[in-house]
Amino acid sequence: MTTHVELRRGAYADSVTLLQVSRTVQGLPGVSAAQVAMATPLNVEVLLGMGFEVPEEATTNDMVVAVRLDEGGSLDDVLAGVDAALRDSTRRREGGSSEVAPPRTTAAALRRAPGSVVVVSVPGENAFVEAVDAVEAGSDVLVFSDNVPVAQEVRLKELATERGRLVMGPDCGTAVLGGVGLGFANVVSPGPVGLVAASGTGCQQLLALLDHAGVGVTHALGVGGRDLSAEVGGRSTLTALDRLDADDDVELVVVVSKPPAPEVAAAVEQHAASLSTPVELALLGAGQPDLTEAAERILARLGREVPQWPVTGSTAAPSGGHRLRGLFVGGTLASEAKLLATSLLGGAAEGDHTFTDFGDDAYTTGRAHPMIDPTLRLEHLAQAAADPDTAVLLLDVVLGHGAEADPAAQLAPALAGVDKPVVVAVVGTASDPQGLERTVDALAAAGAEVHLSNARAVRRAVELVQEATR
Amino acid sequence: MSAPTAVESVVNVGADLLADAAAGQAVDVTRVDWQPPMAGTAADLATVAGDPRRAAANERALAAVLEVTATLVDVVPASEALGLEAGEFLHAGPPIAWDRASGPLRGALMGGAALEGLVDDPEDAVALFESGSSVSLEPCHHRSAVGPMAGVVTPSMWMWVLEDAATGRRTYCSLNEGLGKVLRYGAYGPEVLERLRWMSDVLGPLLQTAVRAVRDESGPVDVTGILTQMLQMGDEAHNRNRAGTLMLLRDLSPALVGAGDPGDIAQALRFVGGNDHFFLNLAMPACKLALDAARGTEGSTMVVAMARNGTDFGIQTAGTGDEWFTGPAQLADGLFLGDYGPEDANPDIGDSAITETAGIGGFAMATAPAIVRFVGGSVPDALATTRRMHEITLGENPRWSVPVLEFQGTPTGIDVAKVCRTSVLPQINTGMAGRVAGVGQVGAGLVTPPAEIFPKALARLAELAENQSKGVGGAA
Repeated sequence: MTTHVELRRGAYADSVTLLQVSRTVQGLPGVSAAQVAMATPLNVEVLLGMGFEVPEEATTNDMVVAVRLDEGGSLDDVLAGVDAALRDSTRRREGGSSEVAPPRTTAAALRRAPGSVVVVSVPGENAFVEAVDAVEAGSDVLVFSDNVPVAQEVRLKELATERGRLVMGPDCGTAVLGGVGLGFANVVSPGPVGLVAASGTGCQQLLALLDHAGVGVTHALGVGGRDLSAEVGGRSTLTALDRLDADDDVELVVVVSKPPAPEVAAAVEQHAASLSTPVELALLGAGQPDLTEAAERILARLGREVPQWPVTGSTAAPSGGHRLRGLFVGGTLASEAKLLATSLLGGAAEGDHTFTDFGDDAYTTGRAHPMIDPTLRLEHLAQAAADPDTAVLLLDVVLGHGAEADPAAQLAPALAGVDKPVVVAVVGTASDPQGLERTVDALAAAGAEVHLSNARAVRRAVELVQEATR
Repeated sequence: MSAPTAVESVVNVGADLLADAAAGQAVDVTRVDWQPPMAGTAADLATVAGDPRRAAANERALAAVLEVTATLVDVVPASEALGLEAGEFLHAGPPIAWDRASGPLRGALMGGAALEGLVDDPEDAVALFESGSSVSLEPCHHRSAVGPMAGVVTPSMWMWVLEDAATGRRTYCSLNEGLGKVLRYGAYGPEVLERLRWMSDVLGPLLQTAVRAVRDESGPVDVTGILTQMLQMGDEAHNRNRAGTLMLLRDLSPALVGAGDPGDIAQALRFVGGNDHFFLNLAMPACKLALDAARGTEGSTMVVAMARNGTDFGIQTAGTGDEWFTGPAQLADGLFLGDYGPEDANPDIGDSAITETAGIGGFAMATAPAIVRFVGGSVPDALATTRRMHEITLGENPRWSVPVLEFQGTPTGIDVAKVCRTSVLPQINTGMAGRVAGVGQVGAGLVTPPAEIFPKALARLAELAENQSKGVGGAA
């Protein structure tokens, strides 16, 4: 067994470096114990404790290299290893990124980018916490997430009201703020209309129709489907109305919503009456105008002409069956179709027809929204097309930011193989990234009759069902 | 009510698709690297986020911490400073009894018993503590004090006395013994006790004379101010206190040179100058003094103490009174002295994590590149560590800044909710004590608290928030 202690006068490395060097040397073959350290009193004590003798002349400015070798260990190899370890310790280290890691919370992100609008799409049980960060930092927030408990929605909106911020959502699919679309938003030109929407695809239908009529929309503020319920009390709607009223570019404010709680509707109407900007209420539901009629009213109030709502292509004649099969990605479009078709076809036929919303929670748990992932609807389309009871197929396609890059790419070939009549409402604007005209043409070429107006598409589908069953 | 304006920047938390959609419209997008919170915390996080008291309470708590200026007003024995009586022992961390005490804490208690003359041989103290009849253990934190490592304080030990000039509140800490075989690392050999006796007989009285002279002639030493400076000089004030120690010597030396026997003075100066950690025992009570200002802020989710006794790691928050939330202390990851290895190390111990609680130590790693190799880390890792701590803190300390991060303030005010949301645990720089009583220091490295104590504290905060909203009453 060899024990070697040497003093290196004037050699210096910091204690942490030397701890690492010691560890490296301890791991060399043939070494039973090793310590490389500055000869401070503490280190001398440690060395003595390890059984090394330290020369008396050692001072704190000297480096001690102490090694004990096993039988057969080579001192030269080990000392070479000490030198290599010391050399390596001063070499610039690789690894360790100097890039700044992304923020982990909304609060941290807003410290880096203050004043940003926040878009929240984390799971519903986690959305409130992120949204509170936004409001507390003084930002408006769009909560795309669904499944947010209503009590949390109320608390979030109370907080936002205190702080003068706007909460869009929860379950808000779309918003346009000064021409920038958030969520699933269509590309629109600025113009005289400001929208408050408690309905995502309802809002998108209005954007599409107004765009076709040449009327721009400056802002479309989604407020979430529950905003006008009794619990939530229209808090975001009231804030959004004030925001739009304060914008000089907005000549007409439009509120589009599912049927509100009566007391909330009264409060909203009362508030609307106090604003300097006129307000058009487009409340959907049985006995109410459909979205297309609402668009027509808006145009009338602005003194604009109502254009022809475009129809492209023609579809196969009905060849039997008796059911209307509606397969939708837009929730408001599905419910508009159901309301309208049921009223036109009469109550007796009600159970016969189906209006499936593939964006409903039941279909989106654990999978992406059908505007992004068409797989599920395409499966159901194939089944419905093969069903002899099916008379007519009715579909929607929603364009805009965030939606599938080319929805016609899979839908058109699927439709081409269908021998039953197919009516499609393509909700989009001329400038949407997917290309409205291109999408419409591809679907028409596949044998579908393509409408811009969902209500018109429904009426046409109803006509075809009536033809089939006549 | 202002009109909505065009969106210039978006923060996206959740689906990347929505971030892409915004980025496609030439909007600046900041993407949050969101991950689900710690298991089982989602409901409590929502409750706490919805607590109407929280935002203002956290603002008040943070402001209270940042307002404190710690000054060095005295040095006195613990019997005088804390009214500590024979048989009373203070220790680091949350409360613990002898039967669960770790090796280094036992070793320090045994040494302390011998120092106080309760036993002649430290080994005889085992029976004394086992019987428990004439001795009592209490956390330093319960007596406005903090103790590094084992943190054992006995009546005859001299204590630094720090005072918040604005309120007169005080905190206390013992004098630092140096590294290696020392009581706070659980060593209790004759040389340990001899050093402690010299500290009580010679060092303490000399420092008292000097501290009082400075205080009376030119105003007390501004400990917070020294911390401000040392953070700009490569100290993070937990594992590196070199600049702080030298600045303290600079401030006390003129008064010290006339304080007594020249031989004693020379020995005292050598002792302080030869112990790079001497200032740690001032940094710690300065941090405690600041954090204690936030205690009792109902609705606040801010951590006011992190402390370990070698067995348990405990935290206290501003909104939960004196309650400790504890879990098993972890083993540090780092480098070992001599031929010690991980099997020789005791789990994490000491009140010194009060420095991280106040935003320095591991939280200010970026300012102390000289010690980043403790974890085999690199300088960029140190920058990343400090930046990461900003993710779990409520704000920044404008006085304590980090030059290399463009003088950004240190990350201050650990938020229990943010820890649960991000699973980012506070980063603590620490020394490692030997597992066996009497061994002393075996290494140094990095450690984190056990993750589960944060959900525990959060659950209590949520419960208190719910009681508050039901009108049941406030925090304990």
